[in-house]
Amino acid sequence: MSIIIYIAVMAGVTYLIRMIPFTLFRKKIKSPFFRGFLYYIPYAVLSAMTIPAIFYSTGNTATSLIGTVVAVVLAYFKLPLIVVALAASAAAFIFGLFI
Amino acid sequence: MKSDFLKGIRDGIPICLGYLSVSFGFGILAVSLGLSILSAVGISLTNLTSAGQVAGVGIIAAGGSLVEMVLTQLVINIRYSLMGISLSQKLDGSFNTMHRMLASFGITDEIFAVAVSQKSVSPYYMYGLTVISALGWVSGTFLGAAAGNILPASVSGAMGIVLYGMFLAIIIPPAKKEKGVLAAVLIAAVLSTVFEYVFKSVSGGFAIIICSVLAAAFCAVFFPVPDEKEDET
Repeated sequence: MSIIIYIAVMAGVTYLIRMIPFTLFRKKIKSPFFRGFLYYIPYAVLSAMTIPAIFYSTGNTATSLIGTVVAVVLAYFKLPLIVVALAASAAAFIFGLFI
Repeated sequence: MKSDFLKGIRDGIPICLGYLSVSFGFGILAVSLGLSILSAVGISLTNLTSAGQVAGVGIIAAGGSLVEMVLTQLVINIRYSLMGISLSQKLDGSFNTMHRMLASFGITDEIFAVAVSQKSVSPYYMYGLTVISALGWVSGTFLGAAAGNILPASVSGAMGIVLYGMFLAIIIPPAKKEKGVLAAVLIAAVLSTVFEYVFKSVSGGFAIIICSVLAAAFCAVFFPVPDEKEDET
């Protein structure tokens, strides 16, 4: 399948998800279940995307593991997103030099 | 109007810098999966989202179906709908339908977080935030995609963890604070691992949908969210 079609579908869906509620919606969601579902879904999605994929993310399990540990520790102490992200990468890179 | 735009640019500079380095990782990832530099940049320019793009290029690389693509983007990006609803309460009088349709393109986690913290939001403020953030996102993608071929494997490999590191930085602090978020994160992680090693025939996109919908539905029932909480994501 042409990559243009994939990209168009991807972009179209993503845009409509943003545009429709922002343009049309003026009231608040009342259903507690739906509200809770929408509240938790980003965390669940990011978690499912990260675990276990992060353990293969550098192409080497050992350096991935080191990077993951660094990211978890720094995230636990609430460091800024970009610091956590780059430190994980730096740790994986530095550790990779020694193995 | 002009001053709102400039204020948006100024407030968006930290987002721009953050995006620049994170999208560098996306560029490398996309190229390593066999996409061209142009495709990677095109995706960043038209999507402006991290998690959705990472899942999207995975589906493209695996030759997944368009149904899978639609459902995956829907589940991963549905949070933008909620942010849009939340942000719509803060819009000033000049925000007509046309402006809403244009500005909605810029609803990302970070832009939403900055915009929603304002007293009121004008269209040009949103445009300023969006333009500077997109600039970082697209140029970072280009640099990553272009450098991915040149950089030694040790560097480009290590950059592969950048986006996942950012994801962890988003989910861990709230998981520490709230049992419901912690439960959602742990359930999704366990299910996702089970899919990876046991139900191998289920493709990645669908596995993410199933895991996250189950985890979020479970938590919505057992850890109800208080009234104002829906604004924070």
